[in-house]
Amino acid sequence: MIDVPSFAELNLEVALPGIFLALFTTVLLIVDLFIPKDRKITTAHLTIGALVVAFVLNLPAFNAGETAMNEMFIADAFAGFVNMIVITGAIITVLLSVDYMKRSGIEHGEFYSLLLFSVSGIMFMGSANDLIVVFIALELLSIPLYVMAALRHDDVKSEESGIKYFILGAFASAFFVYGAALIYGATGTTNLPEIFRAIAGADGIVATENSAMIYLVIGAAMVIVALGFKVAAVPFHMWTPDVYEGAPTPVTAFMSVGAKAGGFAGLLRVMIIGLPLLVVNFGDAVETMAIGETITVPSAWQTALWLIAAATMIFGNFIAISQTNVKRMLAYSSIAHAGYILMAVAAVGTVQITKVAENDYTMVAVYAESALNGALVYLLAYTFTNLGAFAVVMSLENNDGSGTMLDDFNGLSKRHPLTAAMMAFFMLSLIGVPTTAGFIGKFLIFDAAIQAGLIPLTIIGVLTSAVSAYYYVRIIVNMYLKDAAVTDEAVGLTPYVNYATIVAFAGTLIFGLFPMLALDLLASSGAQIATLLF
Amino acid sequence: MVPLWMFLTVAAALFVIGAYGVLARRNAVAVLMSVELMLNAVNINLVAFWRFSDPVASVSGQAFAAFIFVVAAAEAAVGLAIIISVYRSRYSVVVDDVDMLKW
Amino acid sequence: MNVLSEWAFIGVFFVLAPILPAVPILLGGVLSPKKPNAIKQATYECGVETVGDTWVQFKVQYYIYGLVFLIFDVEMVFLFPWAVAYGQLDFFAFAAGVLFIFLLSDALVYAWKKNALEWA
Repeated sequence: MIDVPSFAELNLEVALPGIFLALFTTVLLIVDLFIPKDRKITTAHLTIGALVVAFVLNLPAFNAGETAMNEMFIADAFAGFVNMIVITGAIITVLLSVDYMKRSGIEHGEFYSLLLFSVSGIMFMGSANDLIVVFIALELLSIPLYVMAALRHDDVKSEESGIKYFILGAFASAFFVYGAALIYGATGTTNLPEIFRAIAGADGIVATENSAMIYLVIGAAMVIVALGFKVAAVPFHMWTPDVYEGAPTPVTAFMSVGAKAGGFAGLLRVMIIGLPLLVVNFGDAVETMAIGETITVPSAWQTALWLIAAATMIFGNFIAISQTNVKRMLAYSSIAHAGYILMAVAAVGTVQITKVAENDYTMVAVYAESALNGALVYLLAYTFTNLGAFAVVMSLENNDGSGTMLDDFNGLSKRHPLTAAMMAFFMLSLIGVPTTAGFIGKFLIFDAAIQAGLIPLTIIGVLTSAVSAYYYVRIIVNMYLKDAAVTDEAVGLTPYVNYATIVAFAGTLIFGLFPMLALDLLASSGAQIATLLF
Repeated sequence: MVPLWMFLTVAAALFVIGAYGVLARRNAVAVLMSVELMLNAVNINLVAFWRFSDPVASVSGQAFAAFIFVVAAAEAAVGLAIIISVYRSRYSVVVDDVDMLKW
Repeated sequence: MNVLSEWAFIGVFFVLAPILPAVPILLGGVLSPKKPNAIKQATYECGVETVGDTWVQFKVQYYIYGLVFLIFDVEMVFLFPWAVAYGQLDFFAFAAGVLFIFLLSDALVYAWKKNALEWA
């Protein structure tokens, strides 16, 4: 009666990095209780150790492409790459947190457990092959972040950012599940490849013309709204600046890259594997096609993502110009960067229809692979660059949270030449100047968008990049050309923060000079997704 | 038997009421309750869809509902904890009073 | 039509339910003599009059108890199917359930060590 899969069938070793990290975290929670209050550094060391182990365990995932737990979970190049991004990001975050937490009087061992829970949530999100897993991963990554945002409990700003993030986050996840339920209702399954097959149908087009279509369209829209909230896309970005400003800075740094990577991993999984062929209006062209002819149509959600991406890039960059607090400026710039990645997601929605025979069509999302690679490399570049920028901001931040205004960067090149040089490099990478990792990411995304025929969107992307140069270069100008009014000691410039800055700098430089390192890792991503679907 | 569209209508109505509550209520606890209402609307949807598909072949609709159940509780626990913490420092759970950072 | 006849019972109840308590209340209001005084008009609440403000503060501990209870209560959703299908499960499925209980007890140990269970 009950068909319970055996241990071997579950194929758990495929999911080992995530499972290891999640189990380790539950143990760490208890171990931390027995570590005396003045030795919490041990917890940080244990955390870094666990992250390194998870990183090593993750390496085989690049070649595997296998599914686990009744096809609910998959370890392919995509998952391996997301894991790599988020584990590296988490290691840098821990390095940033150690001294910051101590000097602002909020050193709790639980912080590291919460961080690891969130990291394992993002790892499961990268490997999700089922809407249920996407949902659980979404919650596992968000719930610890709500607590982490409110961690500075003596500070009203931090609590306020926690409560705001929580209310809007819970609101967004309700949207996500409602959308997922509608997609389940339309297709009868929560498994992403099966959703794909249900939409594609036996002969390509027929299946999308029945009454389930309305569920699918509303469902897809709600999923986009919810994940758009997680990645802080306009118009679902309202929480971002407040939460980023109020939360403790290392948490903000992790949120801006980790939560974003998680949200995009989910969005890419759902859009590339589940819904790429969701085409509503085929137009008249399909009727008159000759056998063997090929036409290109947009999928139902492409226009929506197009608009969101354009609005996000324009809004994020233009508001960032008017910010005087660098932490808040980075928050708005992180909104803008979400726009560039959304551009890649929109590129997935260009569908090619070929008429093979009478009443027999094939539909392929041809640019899915280049868009996926662009989005992932961009995320990698952004993770290193943005964490590096936050590391520098943190070194200048005083114990009471002040010291992050633009003027506080004046004359930094004279006081701390090395830090200033690295900050300048991070700013150039955020603009997308060649030889930086940011350039490679932007190049791949623009390339994918042009291939997919999104020319106006690409133009908006290039123009807003130029606009962004204004506020990034302003920091460089302040550091190198202005003199400091006050000789403020950079209290945060501790060895750990220095290590973090150097790791981020190395990552930005190496992937900027040798982009093939990242692209080789992703070489099999498209083929693996194709095997999954057919 | 009650047809599917009736379940979907009830669920949609609950979801909209919940969404209205989140946007319009000023008390943080009431906002939390509204979120729970939205999640329960989803549960009605899922179980109805499961019942009207092939209930024996696949139980993923039911399993999904159970997961939403538990996740909603976890979310409520964390949310209440944050709300209590805010209350302790401000003696207010009214969202409008939480205005140090503007929306 | 079939659906409507099923729901018709509820419709009948909707009509009858307000009438049944309304009739005696109205009768009592019309027939009974009225001689009000201060004691008769006082708020009646379970025998004794309330002392002080009704809106007393609960101990903060009460909320923590509530939160811990909430989680453990709802986690049972996963254990019920496991318990019902217990006889048909192989060793691995049994072990998975045990692992789940281990995770719950892990959280319990944490709550315990953090003094969340102390009522003092």
